[in-house]
This record gives sequence, C-alpha cells and structure tokens, in this order.
Amino acid sequence: MTTTRTRAVRTRGGLSVRFDVRAFTVVVLLLVAALAASVVLIGTGDFPIPAVDVLKTLVGNGNAGQEFIVNDLRLPRVLVGLLVGASLGLGGALFQSISRNPLGSPDVLGVGQGSTAGALIMIVLFSGSANEVALGALVGGLVTGFAIYLLAWKRGVHGYRLVLVGIGVSAIVTAVNGYLLTKADIVDAARAIVWMTGSLNGRDWAQVWPLLVLCAVLVPFVLGNARGLRMMEMGDDVSYALGVRVERVRLLLMLAAVLLTAGATAAAGPVGFVALTAPQLARRLTRSPGPNLVPSMCMGATLLIVADWASQRAFGADQLPVGVVTGVLGGIYLLWLLVTERKAGRI
Amino acid sequence: MSAAANRNTQALVNTQAHKNTQANKNTRRSTVNRLSADNVTLGYDQRVIAEKLSVEIPDNSFTVIVGPNACGKSTLLRALSRMLKPSEGRVLLDGQVIQSMPAKKVARTLGLLPQSSIAPDGITVGDLVGRGRYPHQGLLRQWSAQDERVVQESMASTGVAELADRYVDELSGGQRQRVWIAMALAQQTPLLLLDEPTTYLDIQHQIDVLDLCAELHEEQGRTLVAVLHDLNHAARYATHLIALREGRVIAEGAPNDIVTAELVEEVFGLRCQVIDDPETGTPLVVPAARKARVKVAAAAATEAS
Repeated sequence: MTTTRTRAVRTRGGLSVRFDVRAFTVVVLLLVAALAASVVLIGTGDFPIPAVDVLKTLVGNGNAGQEFIVNDLRLPRVLVGLLVGASLGLGGALFQSISRNPLGSPDVLGVGQGSTAGALIMIVLFSGSANEVALGALVGGLVTGFAIYLLAWKRGVHGYRLVLVGIGVSAIVTAVNGYLLTKADIVDAARAIVWMTGSLNGRDWAQVWPLLVLCAVLVPFVLGNARGLRMMEMGDDVSYALGVRVERVRLLLMLAAVLLTAGATAAAGPVGFVALTAPQLARRLTRSPGPNLVPSMCMGATLLIVADWASQRAFGADQLPVGVVTGVLGGIYLLWLLVTERKAGRI
Repeated sequence: MSAAANRNTQALVNTQAHKNTQANKNTRRSTVNRLSADNVTLGYDQRVIAEKLSVEIPDNSFTVIVGPNACGKSTLLRALSRMLKPSEGRVLLDGQVIQSMPAKKVARTLGLLPQSSIAPDGITVGDLVGRGRYPHQGLLRQWSAQDERVVQESMASTGVAELADRYVDELSGGQRQRVWIAMALAQQTPLLLLDEPTTYLDIQHQIDVLDLCAELHEEQGRTLVAVLHDLNHAARYATHLIALREGRVIAEGAPNDIVTAELVEEVFGLRCQVIDDPETGTPLVVPAARKARVKVAAAAATEAS
C-alpha cells in the first residue's frame, strides 16, 4: 500500500519498485555524511590538507606532494575504512535479522573472535606475512561461523538458540586466543596485540581490492535475497507459507554475513561493535521494520570513518587504533541495549 | 442419542443440509479434490504422530479438524501445508506431490495461518497485510497496482481497513488475528489453512473470527481447513468435519451426520448428550454432569475387577 511511508514506482511494462521514503532519505544523508567524513579524514594527519585541496587532488588537480599523500597513503586507508564499515554494518544487520535479536551480532556470536583465532594462528605459529594473516582471519571466521550454524541447527536454526550457542562458541574461541598469546614470543605477541585491536593504520591498495571484490559480489547477492529475509521476520512458518525457502535463504545469507564479517576482519582486524551498533542505529533513524540492510551498511561505513577521524583528532595520527574507539562506544551501547532489552523482557 | 433423526425443518438447517450433500458428493469424487494426504506417516524425529493417514479435503468445503490434544491435528495441517514432510506417503495438491512443487507456486494456491506468527517490531497493519503479496511479487515486480488493490480488499473484508496505519503491536488480540487473516487473504489462495485461529481469543472474538471464515467460504468460495479446539464451534461452522484420535481418522463427514454421543465418547473419551443447537440446528455437545460421569466410571471399574 502506498501509505505515507512508502512510495511505489511503476513502469508501463508491469515492473514496479517500492521504497520507504524515510529510509531512502536516511541512506542519502548517511552517504553524504560518510563521504564528507572521508574527505575530512583524508585531510587529517601529520600533514593536514584542507578539504578543498583533497577534493581537487581526488579529481586529479593536486600538486605532486598532495597527490602522493592523498592517493597513495590516505585514500586507500579511507576506502578500507568505508568498505570494512559497510561490510560490518551489513553483516551485523543480516545476523541480527536472522537471529531476530539485536544481540545476535557477529561480535557477540564469536565470528570476530574466530577470525582473530585464525589470524593469531598465522602470527604465532607460522609467523606469517600480512597476506597469510588476512587469509587466516578469513578462514577462522568461516570455520567459526560454520561451527555456530551446525551447533545451533536443530530442525532449522532458531534465533535464541543461535545467540546462546554463539556466546558459548565465542567464549571457547576467546580462551583459545588467550592460549595462543601466551605461547607467542614477545615480537609475535606485540604484533598480535596490534592486530587484535583493529586498526586502519598502514592499510593500502592491497587491502582495498580483495575487499572491494568481496563486497561487489556479496552486496548484490544479499540485496537480491533481502525480500525473503524481510518475510522471515514474521517467523519461519509464516514465511514458509508465503513461499520463502526459509532454510536455504537463511544458510546462504548467514554464509554471506560470515564472509562479509570475516573479510572485513581480515582487512582491518576485529573492529569491535560496528556490526552490533550500526543496524540498531540505522533502524532507529529509519523507524522502519525489516532488516534495513542498506541503511545499516551506510551507517557502518559512516561510523567507522567518523570513529577513525575522532581517534586521530583526539590522540594524533596513528596513535590510537580505531578499534579502541568503536570498542568503547560500542561497549557503552551494549550495556544500554542489555538494560533496555532486559526491561522489555526479551532476555 | 438420535438427535440427527429429529432435526427440525428450519431454513438454516436446509441450507446446511444442502451444503452437506454437496460436500459428500465432493468426498466421493476423491480424485478431483485439490488437496489430499495419501497414506502419510507423520512424526517429529523418532516420535511418530500418525501412521498411514489418508485425508481428503473436499473442494469448496469449510473443513474442520477436531480431536483431543496431541491427536495429530496440527501435525496433519502442517503436512497438508508442506511445513512437515511425511516420512512415508505423500500430500497431493492439484495432483502433484506438494514437496516437488516450486515454493512460490504452492504459496499462490495454498495459504496457511500458523499458530506462531511474529509481528516485526514497529510494523503497521497495512505493511503486514501487504507482505501477504510476497508470492505474487518478484525483484522487479515489487508492488503492482493489483497488489495494492488486493491488500485494500483483504483489509476491507476482514474489517481492518481503518487500522491500516496503526501499529500491529498496539492492537487487541482479536484485531491482531483479523490482521493476520487479512495477510493470508492477500495471498489470494483458493485454499486456506488455519491452525487454531481462535486460540487465546475471548468468546466474542472467537465467534467474530469464525463468522469471518464462514463468510470467506460462502461468499468468496474458498476452501477452508481449520483446526479447532471447540467441538461446538466446529459442529456449527464446518461443512465437513474430520475427527482424529491418536493419528487416525475416526469419522469424517457433515457434522449433522457424524456428531453423536458415541463419537464424542470414542474420540474425546467424554460422556455427553448431543442436542440440537437452538440457534442453528447443528449438533451441540453437552458434557454429562460430573456425578453421572463419576457413577459410570465407578461402575466400569467394578465391572473390570
């Protein structure tokens, strides 16, 4: 129905697209905010560049020095930030929608910890290169996600079960991570700790491309299945009755969510709580039911870039990893969420 | 109790009887019925609920499945709506095995209102009812003019049109159930299955929902299958009754023909009288008084020993 909330656009050929006006506005505003923050972030650092010059350089009209700093040093870092934020936001929205629980985010479920375990194994046991560590993180996330799915599966995956199993798996993997750290020599341990806080420092084009490819494949795939996911919010029975192949959609979207989360973690380390907070903040802005996938994605990207900018402004360039900022802010949010969920009687 | 024999000649009864004969005719022409379960064995994990159960849903009937708790009535409904895959046998829809049909195609033919449905946080009535259009939509056909019209009609026929912009979670139980029925209607399926649609509603809303079902059946010609707890509601509204016990069909047919004190005792283990419903002339089950039942139980006990 074309109520005050939604608009439908129809062609004569019988095609029609429907969108929520408010959600659309939120997406546009978040995109503008993310891009503006990106420009400011590119200009921030030991060698500050005014926003105008950043824009000039980006379109190819800067001087040689600025061009090196912008295109080779800071642009890839910002792009990694945008992509990581978007992936985490989307992955979080998928997990929360599938588990029908705002706590059902990859941070809480242990996918992030799984990636960390994979990366630590590469760092501590094999002293692997940066690429090997990234691969380890990806595989670790996938294995953990798969384990959670299998353990939570009992004639279909149910939301509450998924969250509880995820918390258990997360605890186990965290213990494994602790063990790996105690086994590490001092150099590896220092490297591992830096990796584990989640940082955008020193990210270059080598991290941009794989992540971009991952997003280019997974985002359209996820959005193509988003309508089924929307139906699944009404319970498995109703969505099944409406013709959604519930188990299949859920498995594929969980796989996509794990890949997105693990890919983001492989690129930037476990940047905490973006996946938890972005979907909820997006939902509060759009005030619309449904998984809010695109708004969550844009919110994730904006959050991460703003957090990185804040950490650089407050503590100086490359002093404080962005994961610390998102961790502190996200932790406060998690406490608030736990209290409100408790009051609402949902946990 | 020979209540069936002395049925009076109220007009209502006549129409009822007319429909019953039609329903019976449909039962006999079993091959043309759109929905049927053929020798199905149903269960969860190792627990078998029903073995080699065969059921026909007469076309254009308002079929009600009754039986004591855990007799398998909801399980049967789940099997008929392809939520539960029979371990043996098959459920046929339009002559095809229902599991082998494309999910969306089934969803355009057969709708189900399950017991457990969750209204997403902050969803409006209009939005929820609109979701019933899912099987008619696609990635590039998200909201046609027809979708909009059908949703309006569904809300109008269930009496929730004026609630369109309200949030579902602020409605009363009765209103909410109407909204869910409207959603199932928007699916525009000739067959509609309802799993205990009156549970948790007070008496007024129970009758409300059942009246609505009867309207859908009579005016829109849909085939309805409902699981109901209340035998008297079933007898009053159904055109075709299926009585289950321990996964077996004990009796099926028009309520006027099959509901007797013997049947109720056999299916529910309850001694009762069956009298004419003073309003509709349909069978009305009146449980025997406690003292009478206790006496009989005592007599049975002494007989056994």
